[in-house]
Amino acid sequence: MNPRVGVVVFPGSNCDLDAQKAFRDLGADVVSVWHDEETLPEVDVVVLPGGFAHGDYLRTGAIARFSPIMDAVRSFADAGGLLIGICNGFQILCEAGLLPGALRKNAGLKFLCKWVDLRVENASTPFTNAASPGDVLRIPINHFEGNWYAEPDVLDELKANDQIVLRYVDNPNGSLDDVAGICNPERNVFGLMPHPERACEALLGSTDGAVILRSILASSPSLVSAP
Amino acid sequence: MTKFDAVVNVLLKPGISDPQGQTIERALPALGYEGVQGVRVGKHIELSVEASSEEEAYARIQEMCERLLANPVIESYEVTVS
Repeated sequence: MNPRVGVVVFPGSNCDLDAQKAFRDLGADVVSVWHDEETLPEVDVVVLPGGFAHGDYLRTGAIARFSPIMDAVRSFADAGGLLIGICNGFQILCEAGLLPGALRKNAGLKFLCKWVDLRVENASTPFTNAASPGDVLRIPINHFEGNWYAEPDVLDELKANDQIVLRYVDNPNGSLDDVAGICNPERNVFGLMPHPERACEALLGSTDGAVILRSILASSPSLVSAP
Repeated sequence: MTKFDAVVNVLLKPGISDPQGQTIERALPALGYEGVQGVRVGKHIELSVEASSEEEAYARIQEMCERLLANPVIESYEVTVS
């Protein structure tokens, strides 16, 4: 059975089709889930894609966290389901309290759209286990609010639990401790500002993003439990 | 029930860098305004709520701030009810 991926679409999401294509090209069955739904279909993985959900009004992700689907997404994560938030999706996860911290405006006050190098700090997560610790992945960023922040004690806790999954090699946005991606203590919820779904074809400049997507698919229950 | 008008000011917490404020601060000298410091940019939200007392209105708005209007990780807020 192919791994099943659900990509949530909020009004203003704009990377949902990229995510769908990237996962489908790697062999997943993909469904799109409108934010107004109250239940998720049978899936192994839920993706909160990039974009500007609800126009990013008030704060990025602030309104999206109250979309009807989010209760089901939270239950899915509480039950151990794999949940990844990419860019705006990461901002939504932080606003929803599913990941710690918040995303501030970039330190240089510029919208950044460029390739960055990311160091894999923890390769023992379902999102990075196709990589090795220290691997450098070349993946693009595309954001204005990617400057992650958390209180010092929260940062200490993340470090102690190995929850910092990816760090920028050369910090582009002022993010605290060069954080590019973090996971929850249980390792089933992951958020990152860079866009792995946009780095899955050589034609587009890098296939390093597929390392993350392949990790996810290889960890999905459908595949793991397949005979 | 009475209608209460209120103002909520949301600001980044002290110590949280404010790149917008810094950029404005750097732009002002170009217009000849020297000696300006500590520029911070926040949000000013006006609303009116129905409540049985000013205290209740204040408490409800306080809750709205915690849950939506501000992000307590990086922002502080100030509620004024009139």
